[in-house]
Amino acid sequence: MSTLVALARAQAFAAGRAQLIATVRHLHVHDHPFVLIPLAMAGEANAPLAAMVGSAADKPRLLFVAQPRNRDERFAFADALAAELVPYLTSFAGDTEAVAVDRGRDVRHRFLDAPQVWVPNTGGIDFLRLFGRSTRFRRVDGDYPVPPTVPLLGRWLTFLAGASEMPGSALLLNAVQALGMHWATGQSGAEDAHLASLMAWIESGAAAAREAESGPVAGPATDPDFDNRVLAPLIADGDPALPAVLHDLLLPTWQQMWRALALLRRLPPGDRVAGRWDGDRDSYSSFVEHLAEGGGPQPRRDGAVAAAARLQRLENAATRYAVQRAFDDPLVMADHRLTGAAFGGVVTLANPDRVDDTGKRPVLRPRIMVATTETVRVEAGASLTSPARPAQKARVISVAPTTTGWDVLLELSGGMGRKLVADPGTVPLVGEELLLTTLSEAYRPGAAFPDPTETPWTHGGPPAPYEEQQPA
Amino acid sequence: MNADRLRGSAAAKRHNARTIAALTGNPGCERRSVLDAAGVDKVKLAETIGFAGSFGQSRFALARGNAFEAMLKADDCALLRSVLDVGVVDYQDLGEDTDDTLTARHGRTRELLASSTSALIDHPLLTLSVAGQTVFLEPDLIAFQSEGRLRVVEIKSFAIVDDQADAAKVSAAAVQAAVYVLALRDLLGEDRVSHEVVLVCPENFSLQPAAVVLDVRKQLSTLKRQLSRLSSVSSLIAALPPSVSFDMSLSPETLISSLEAVSARYVPECLSSCEMSVYCRHEASGTTAALGRSVRESLGGVDTVALALDLSTGAAEPTPEQDEAAALLRTAARLRASALAAAGPAADRAAGVSAGRAAG
Ligand code: SF4
Repeated sequence: MSTLVALARAQAFAAGRAQLIATVRHLHVHDHPFVLIPLAMAGEANAPLAAMVGSAADKPRLLFVAQPRNRDERFAFADALAAELVPYLTSFAGDTEAVAVDRGRDVRHRFLDAPQVWVPNTGGIDFLRLFGRSTRFRRVDGDYPVPPTVPLLGRWLTFLAGASEMPGSALLLNAVQALGMHWATGQSGAEDAHLASLMAWIESGAAAAREAESGPVAGPATDPDFDNRVLAPLIADGDPALPAVLHDLLLPTWQQMWRALALLRRLPPGDRVAGRWDGDRDSYSSFVEHLAEGGGPQPRRDGAVAAAARLQRLENAATRYAVQRAFDDPLVMADHRLTGAAFGGVVTLANPDRVDDTGKRPVLRPRIMVATTETVRVEAGASLTSPARPAQKARVISVAPTTTGWDVLLELSGGMGRKLVADPGTVPLVGEELLLTTLSEAYRPGAAFPDPTETPWTHGGPPAPYEEQQPA
Repeated sequence: MNADRLRGSAAAKRHNARTIAALTGNPGCERRSVLDAAGVDKVKLAETIGFAGSFGQSRFALARGNAFEAMLKADDCALLRSVLDVGVVDYQDLGEDTDDTLTARHGRTRELLASSTSALIDHPLLTLSVAGQTVFLEPDLIAFQSEGRLRVVEIKSFAIVDDQADAAKVSAAAVQAAVYVLALRDLLGEDRVSHEVVLVCPENFSLQPAAVVLDVRKQLSTLKRQLSRLSSVSSLIAALPPSVSFDMSLSPETLISSLEAVSARYVPECLSSCEMSVYCRHEASGTTAALGRSVRESLGGVDTVALALDLSTGAAEPTPEQDEAAALLRTAARLRASALAAAGPAADRAAGVSAGRAAG
């Protein structure tokens, strides 16, 4: 935990209210999200008990299973969930836009919008991932046929769960994590996992948060006491009151979910949020295409090459997301200032017209001196960036101690136009306050992986082609 | 003072692998050591003083666990034998019993295990030395003995899907199995008991069992280290004032002052592992530890939230050891305040619901 977030937690405790730890919103919040609150049957391997679903706050829809251990009812539930969710998911596969690829030599199309599903917590995401696993291989013919919607739902859930692992993706989000990224409470992270308690810290305060702990859970696990006292007799007797009871149980969480969305919308989005959503639209578009081409279910496990490539994509995405958040948000950047990976200062000297003509061609290389009182952990030769001018590189020429801190001499390149005279405003002026950081948005090309068909035998050899299979 | 005296007239709660695993999860907590050593019913104690937690188990989960185990053991353990891939060996159930026959059952267990006949041995009764006390362990486990070497078999009802299972549940099962390995080794010696345990779980979404082998060497060494760290509980108890008692017929106030006489070390992890946690959390309110280990460390390891905040505003003078942490906190507070001020109206609008910012 960073010192800044820890300090915000301490302040939240003292104030009895949650404190902001972000000044902008770091994720895309859809105008028409789909909220899904799954409840699982205790003891069973990911058997659904109920779900409250829908894309309108005033129209929650309850799906439930009267006899959770009955296989047919389980697939009827999957069918009902598919009937609610799949039309929402595919409703964005309409108008497209052309995107240049391969440096403009080609063009591909992507949908103008994409779906966004919200669950309360990481448990909800795990539930959907496993529910996707238990439905995507189901056969629509043979001995135990299921409706065709069931394997389709499984593929969509698997796609969404996979996307949610990608840092910065906003196709499947969970409220606890999304709120926790923007607010710090005065309790521990473990206690924040309880959505009602986290919401209470933000909306009303510490006392309400304690009270919320004994309120209804946000799933997917049910409260053992509820199971024993309420649910067991209802299920045993096949009591018709079951749906009403489940509805009442889920409704508070449903309302919290929509209030959480409203809270997040009050924060202005960070500048780089839209760019990440473009990436989400890309992956949505290719998945729609995959389904349209009759693509089969995702494999149970990735092959060696696919797994390695995916791991690298995840790592790159995590790094990129962290840097983008810092560039978008001075409060996140403050963390890096604290550790010396960024510093703020004032320009004391500027030579904006400096031209370096020692090479083959003369090039524009202005120099500026930045005086700072903050911790500086950079050395000569390091390359810095300023969030105000992300396209410009500042190379450290020297770092000299002063009576109040440091004088950092920088040589600028890039982002100043094509002439030997810098475009107006592209070189910081004397007196300008500047933030500089070693963080970089520059794209880092990944390692090359072999084609999956050339997977070395040491890594299990090429993966077997997908075959119709009926795993348990 | 005698440990049993602390409990009053109530029957003693017995240890099992789960409670020992939890006990070693917070080895610095004297309160838990003392209550466990005295066999105090912590659930009841927490309820009596008005700080009940929710540590129940769903009957659906229990039913499924029992069904799975019954299925494995039906027809002379036919399914268990096939998943463990053991041939025709004996099945010995040492049975359950009451407090006064424990020693006898422990004797039978010792005899049977020492005989090194190949067998599946159910419900053995083991002992382990915990905080200077010998405790009986009632494992619902089967030890599989073959060619003089024992293997612990743990039956759990969580699912293994595509060779993967809930990491937290697997690691909890591994720690519990390690407790049994340790107890068996105490009884029979190091080399008679394998450090590999077998976990039997339902596979995928069915009740079909699958067996996986876990190497618990790491858990064993952690366990041993933490057991040795558990301060000798008898000297702790001996040092308690005679007024300390957890006799449930006493008033809540008396019970609370008894609790206050035994030092605790609350951390948020207690919430999922200790029945006293709601009370201890209340007591620890205002400490940095209650916010979690990483928060405490990031706040420079100072004990209270108030001091951390005072150091961050300069209201408190740091001791020489706190100098570095205080400087970091002051910088953090300045950076935080200026970033929030710069964000201005946007942040204010969002924070409007949270009644502005805290001091500092
Ligand atoms: S909850 Fe209290 S008694 Fe239990 S381990 Fe934590 S501090 Fe000790």
